[in-house]
Order: sequence, then structure tokens, then C-alpha cells
Amino acid sequence: MSDTMQLARSGFTLATAADRRRFVLQARPGTLDAAARALGLAEAPAMLATASGGAVTALRLGPQEILLLLDPAGAGDSLAALRTGLDAVAHSLVEVSDRQVGLDLSGALVEPALASLTSIDVALPAFPVGMATRTLLGKADGVLWRTGPEQFRLEIWRSFAPYISGLLDEAARDAAF
Amino acid sequence: MLLIRCPYCGDRAEIEFANGGEAHIARPADPMTQTDEEWAQYLYMRDNPKGLIAERWRHAHGCNRFFNALRDTRTDRFVTTYEMGQPRPEIDAAAAAEAAR
Repeated sequence: MSDTMQLARSGFTLATAADRRRFVLQARPGTLDAAARALGLAEAPAMLATASGGAVTALRLGPQEILLLLDPAGAGDSLAALRTGLDAVAHSLVEVSDRQVGLDLSGALVEPALASLTSIDVALPAFPVGMATRTLLGKADGVLWRTGPEQFRLEIWRSFAPYISGLLDEAARDAAF
Repeated sequence: MLLIRCPYCGDRAEIEFANGGEAHIARPADPMTQTDEEWAQYLYMRDNPKGLIAERWRHAHGCNRFFNALRDTRTDRFVTTYEMGQPRPEIDAAAAAEAAR
């Protein structure tokens, strides 16, 4: 279904992102820092920020919540390190790999297309590269992550993908005028 | 667009939030010692003021955290938002008048 999603217009392309294993880690802020160190990051990213290192990308979606995107190749080692680092510490680690799908958006029209779906200001000064947040895209929940000046990554629920990509397609067509 | 300031995420549109009812209502420590009237008071009776009210809100489509907010029920203006567990902040007359405007 959505696994091979692809859209291309002038100034706007949408493609399924590279496969990642996804985990939601919920814990107290101190525990999140310990988890980040166990994964080889300096510390847990600040609120709405992201941190990457090795096979791990961490998106801080809430004061108590981090979304982990792991490269499948190194995911086993990262998970083992995480389990060791958080041994006997209260936390919740849930795999959501198959719940979500990643969409890579790029092009000059990505900003206006996204702006028609969300109430967030997605202009570069207000939404800098590396910022990530959960928000409403149309009527569906989704995680918005800016990976470059004209690149965004969406982490959305798999069953919402046709809805959101359809809205984006129409918004990009409108933005081209 | 009505903006609500999440203490963790900053200003966001109202559509991302869910209202959680009146704040600062403590559950009786031992419900078995309560009379029916006292228990009903805890369960159902709310202030419903015309003016400033302290409410719980949840950033349902964002960081998913509960927080408290002071809102004027006449104008829907938010005076302030604050984290769970903190006491209701004192509001000076000027801020209250601005909220009622």
C-alpha cells in the first residue's frame, strides 16, 4: 500500500523514506539522558530538537518522550546497549516500526504545501533545520521533522499515509500556481 | 486562530489541545469515609465561574502532556499556563482586566 508511495511535481517530491526501526521511549528526563548516553549520544536532545549519531536518530517529542529511529543494520547493537543502560530503571520502550511510515518531502514548494495542512509556522526562522514535533496534518496526527532547508521528514501512521499524501499532492498543485 | 501556550512546546493552535475540566480538584484521600453528599460534591460539583477559571488542558496532538491554564470564560482569553503540580498563580488586577476585555 503506502510502502511504495511516490509523488513528483515540479518543486515537490514525496518518497517513502529509508526503512527504519522505530521505538517510543518514555521516561523521566534524567532517564532519557541516560538512554541517550547508552545510545552513544551526548545527551537527550532538547525539547522539539533532534540528535543523531551512528545508527541512531532521537526526536524529542515531549518532556518525557523520545522517538528513536534506528538503522536496521545497527539496531540490534543499539538496542542491546539501551537495555543495558536502562537496566533496573523505570521506563517504557515500545517498538512502533510497523505502525508508522516515513515520508521524505523535498523541493521549493514543500513549505507552502505543508503550511496548508498544519497550523504550525513552517518557515525556516520559526521551524529551523533539526526541529521536530508532533502536530495535526489535516485531521491526522503526524510527526514533522525538518531535515534540511527544503527537506522534511514525516513520520505518520501507516493507515493515514494515503490521506496525508493525497492532501500534500493537492496542496503542492495549488502552491505551484 | 486561538493560540494556547503549551508550557513545553510554546504557542500552538487550539485544535491541538483537549480540555480536561476544572483544575485543582483533589480526590479525597479515603473515599470510604465520605458521605454520599461529599462524594457527589467531589465528583460532580464544579464552580462554573463567569470570569477566570483554572482548567486542565492536554496537548493531545503534540507533546501529550497535561498542564493547567487560567482562562476567562467570557472572552476565552488565556492569562497564563503553568505546569501540573504548581499552585494556581495569583493574577494582578491589570492582567485580569485585560483577560476580560
